Amino acid sequence: MSDISFSYFPGCSQSGSAEEFGLSTVAVCRALGIELSELPDWNCCGASSAHMTNDLLAVSLPGRDLAIANRLGHDLLVVCAACYSRMKVAQSRILGDEALAKKVETAVGGDPRFRGQIRHLLDVLVNDVGVGSIMKWRRLKLAGLKAVPYYGCLLVRPPEFCCCDSVENPTDMDRLLESLGVEVRSWSYKTDCCGGSLSLSRTDIVEKMVNGIFTRAIEAGADCIVAACPMCVGNLEMRQKPAYFSFKLIHRMPVFYFTELLGLAMDLPGVEKWLGSHLIDPFPLLSDVGLAQLERT
Amino acid sequence: MINALNRNLEADLEGRTGQKVRLCYQCKKCSAGCPVAFAMDLLPHEVMKMAQYGQETRLLKSSTIWLCASCETCSTRCPNEIDIAGAMDGLRQMAIAKGVEPAEREIGVFHRSFLDGIRLAGKTNEPALIGEYKAMSRRLFNDLGLGAVMFVKRKIKLKPRMVRDRKAVRRVFRETEGGAKE
Repeated sequence: MSDISFSYFPGCSQSGSAEEFGLSTVAVCRALGIELSELPDWNCCGASSAHMTNDLLAVSLPGRDLAIANRLGHDLLVVCAACYSRMKVAQSRILGDEALAKKVETAVGGDPRFRGQIRHLLDVLVNDVGVGSIMKWRRLKLAGLKAVPYYGCLLVRPPEFCCCDSVENPTDMDRLLESLGVEVRSWSYKTDCCGGSLSLSRTDIVEKMVNGIFTRAIEAGADCIVAACPMCVGNLEMRQKPAYFSFKLIHRMPVFYFTELLGLAMDLPGVEKWLGSHLIDPFPLLSDVGLAQLERT
Repeated sequence: MINALNRNLEADLEGRTGQKVRLCYQCKKCSAGCPVAFAMDLLPHEVMKMAQYGQETRLLKSSTIWLCASCETCSTRCPNEIDIAGAMDGLRQMAIAKGVEPAEREIGVFHRSFLDGIRLAGKTNEPALIGEYKAMSRRLFNDLGLGAVMFVKRKIKLKPRMVRDRKAVRRVFRETEGGAKE
């Protein structure tokens, strides 16, 4: 139905701690006819650690990937919000500063001046494929699920690289989820930071931040959070239980990737496997709302 | 606190990050919206003021420059369009360049472990990252139960992901050693 094709930058997490995000992305894209060809021999974008400590490295690591994308010539699709942000920032700085571009070119041994578009999957689904056509692919209505969409930081900030319809109150994911039959609850923590980059080093701080997010999600009447970033999901899942011990609030709230719910609604094979690898088991919730004809694997 | 002033701090910061901290008029929007403010020793608007005053020592020794999570809420809302998170990056990089011991040791160790992993493999591998971080931060027993659950849930994979052209990755690190100093 569509003739959308991209070079695909999977990012490290999507074959490790967020494998379910990677697998569901590939499955959903295949089903919707979005053609992905993985960027050959890509490297890590450097994430927060690079831009926090070494500016030139933070542009050059994504610079090598951009040089590869440049050779291939297609637009680039990214699913991890952190990779997306690093790629966009690097591209804009390389194209805007020829002296920097030369330095990066020396470092990566190729031309990093990639002029194609860098897109996030959420943006492509909502704006290119369209919520209306996604609805036609729905095999299962996710009625009964009450979700708060969680965009986090890097899909919307910095504002010049925001891939959603608003920086402070984005609604792209809301509309996507509504089209799947999910009841989207309104809340004001859509774009609050979960503290992902401090998750291992200052767990105490992160538990407070994560606790705040879950408390607000409960207040909003949600029974799950839906996100688009492997750092957010990992952090929310990992730090939810410890936050329970410190704050005595009942937090066993499942966190989904938007691609997983899409796959569930489209009845794609593999859904059980994706959902089975979450630290917070989502099956009790799904069976409560009658969506668990799914067998746990 | 004994505090050596650096009259050129504003200019240094501008050279490094392009950010003009002198534009700050202390509306405190940054500090009001900062999700990590509750844990900081200097609030973001105080960092801006101290940078105007050239209070380099206090800034480079602060916890704040390490605790900033780079969520960019401040940069998004600043009425004078200062990229405050970018200025924090600049201050942190200055601290590293000057060999100032990070006030938040674990965070410094985490970043180093993260980048060491990329230097070796070209991609990030959770077991290597967690292993090096634990060894270097000497916090071996934190999160052990969590690690076990992650392993069972196939979130921690033993087979490392590697870039084939690791020479190219090493070259990127070699060529960018020390950052973008002029």
